[in-house]
Amino acid sequence: MYQILHKEKLGPDIYMYRFRAPDVARNRKPGQFVIVRIAENGERIPITITDVDTDEGSITLIVQAVGKTTLQMAQMKEGDFIPTITGPLGEPTRIEKVGRVLCVGGGIGIAPLFPVAEGMKDIGNHVTSILGARSSNLLILIERMREVSHELIVTTDDGTEGEKGLVTDVIRELVGKGKVYDLCIAMGPPIMMKFVCVLTKELNIPTIVSLNPIMVDGTGMCGCCRVTVGDEIKFACVDGPEFDGHKVDFDELMARLAIYKAEEKEALEYYYSKAGCRLDSTLEGGSR
Amino acid sequence: MNAKDRLKIPPVKMPEQDPAERIKNVDEVPIGYTSEMAMLEASRCLQCKTPFCIEGCPVGIDIPAFIKFIEVGDFKGAIRKMKEKNLLPSICGRVCPQEEQCQLFCTIGKARKNPGESVMIGKLERFIADWEREQGEPEKPPAVKPSGKRVAIIGAGPAGLTVAGDLIRFGHEVIVFEALHKAGGVLVYGIPEFRLPKKIVQNEVDYLENLGVKFQYNYVIGKTIPVREVVSEFDAVFIGTGAGLPRFMRVDGENLLGVLSANEYLTRANLMKAYDFPRADTPIVKGRKVITVGGGNVAMDCARTALRMGAERSLIVYRRAEEQMPARLEEIHHAKEEGVEFHLLQNPVRLVGDERGWISGAELIKMELGEPDSSGRRRPVPIEGSEFIEDTDALIVAIGNSPNPLVPASFPELEVTRWGGIVVNEITGQTSVQGVFAGGDIVLGAATVILAMGHGRRAARAMNLYLSSGRWVDLDRAMDLCMAEVR
Repeated sequence: MYQILHKEKLGPDIYMYRFRAPDVARNRKPGQFVIVRIAENGERIPITITDVDTDEGSITLIVQAVGKTTLQMAQMKEGDFIPTITGPLGEPTRIEKVGRVLCVGGGIGIAPLFPVAEGMKDIGNHVTSILGARSSNLLILIERMREVSHELIVTTDDGTEGEKGLVTDVIRELVGKGKVYDLCIAMGPPIMMKFVCVLTKELNIPTIVSLNPIMVDGTGMCGCCRVTVGDEIKFACVDGPEFDGHKVDFDELMARLAIYKAEEKEALEYYYSKAGCRLDSTLEGGSR
Repeated sequence: MNAKDRLKIPPVKMPEQDPAERIKNVDEVPIGYTSEMAMLEASRCLQCKTPFCIEGCPVGIDIPAFIKFIEVGDFKGAIRKMKEKNLLPSICGRVCPQEEQCQLFCTIGKARKNPGESVMIGKLERFIADWEREQGEPEKPPAVKPSGKRVAIIGAGPAGLTVAGDLIRFGHEVIVFEALHKAGGVLVYGIPEFRLPKKIVQNEVDYLENLGVKFQYNYVIGKTIPVREVVSEFDAVFIGTGAGLPRFMRVDGENLLGVLSANEYLTRANLMKAYDFPRADTPIVKGRKVITVGGGNVAMDCARTALRMGAERSLIVYRRAEEQMPARLEEIHHAKEEGVEFHLLQNPVRLVGDERGWISGAELIKMELGEPDSSGRRRPVPIEGSEFIEDTDALIVAIGNSPNPLVPASFPELEVTRWGGIVVNEITGQTSVQGVFAGGDIVLGAATVILAMGHGRRAARAMNLYLSSGRWVDLDRAMDLCMAEVR
């Protein structure tokens, strides 16, 4: 059993959890994820590790409540236990000195980006971070990202914080000013990663993305997470989760992520009917 | 009763759920013998002086002896005799291919000129194990002096559980590392509830825990802890990580939505209990017309699961003929009874999708049988120009699994074969690394539960010998001396 040591709300439906999992903490490297299962009949979901504290033996996960499991997790309290944290899984990020690195994070994708940016800076790269979200209250980890970046630019779709616009607008602007980048790392919603990759391909900047397909076991056993990369089929759980973004078939990834959309809605409604709690977004009448 | 009378008794059929009824539930299909049925079936055994049936058993159960106990109604005696050789009879009694093993060699079957009419050894094995479970707390073996040695087992599948059960009884401290959240390996993620109820597996695991075996769930060795660390911290290690890597067909369209590996389909349905959605969280693809590609037991499991998940039609597509199907006769029979359609001598060449990216059909090519191949089976040859499209909205790929690469990949000292199996000494299960043993599907490729248990059993003997003597070189020769006792 894995105990919640600390829980904090970072924004609407966005929570940061610190779980006790000493062996996971001790052996994890940036870019790796865990499979989490929060109840006896619970599903297994992949979550990238944001940070670890080896002294405390803990890992930090940042989770946006969007469905049944993540909402149920948001109802849990410090001191509660969950039955499964398996990991660290997947191949770690290749942290190498390449020169100037562009770290692009969108919304909840800033959570997995943080350890990678940190690693890239620690090894001696110049790190420029571009962080975007729909609105200011959905921006997370800005201060911590500032610590691991030489330069940091924030954008929001609605202009409530930083520049109004998309992360791709900023990339274009920086390159337009004559800035040169040796590597781009993009993490965020698939649609964001897709358009970042379209742009960086045009700009000839090699780009790594971290994919978040649906998984079951997370150890290469089921193949649920398969993605098309170039002309190969890869398992995101063991071959990834990071891939060459210029070769990833994002449309397929997005279609595969939506396979169980109807069932996810059904599960959420079933949970609403039993638990008497709802997502902030539905409470506020917001659309998603 | 003399031999002639015994020979006259027809096999006692085990009652089963009606096919039309059972496809609406996930309860076990065969209901089990009553005591009277079991005693009658046991009375068919001739108690041969040279019992060939034992030769056919990978773990060498004294079959006539346990059957004799059943015949006279001494069920406690029967289960004791059974557990001398097999700790997991409730599982083996259900999933062993007895018709190719013990029952194939049975004198009764030979005398009746039909191996299908042999003494129903497997059903008796299941009966006696179920009887014990219904009595409550199972009998514990006598306590042994702790050896002070610590053993790690990687993977809680059939091989690992067998090793655990044996080594704990030799007095060693045993810890089992399991990547998933439940013990049993393929017994819990692969084999469906209606063929092997999960509470039976759990019962066996509880028994091992009761004996003192410790289970560490959610531990992926090679990830959560490096393999090297486990090897250095324990006196001996057994790797039983199975054949968990699904093979795909490598045809166009295999990444369409609605195309799943058998592992994914069965894991969702069994381990994650998708049949109970939304009470259990995990959903599953529900096709109206489901195609399963393959001819083994796993394919039968998928096709039968599809019916229980509400499919109107469930098709098996297999590239050879029925006689060549690797599935057990009983599984084929059950599948047919339930309405699974067998489309033989056909093979997918391409999968086609609709505008949403979902599978809408499989292009199949007809096959004919040519010359025998290396496996001795006639090789299927495509008939050119015979392609046609079979409509479908879900397709399950059940064409086999390869050894799980996770442990070997993160521990290069371990010698592996070209196809990824760990290289071992066949007698002892010793790998290329001192103190490390392996067995089951990680060595064999996808095989059977009982072969994995047989491996586990031999490896446990060898590990015990290694732990007590420290001898690594020529361990197989030392084993030979002890094997007389095992056999």
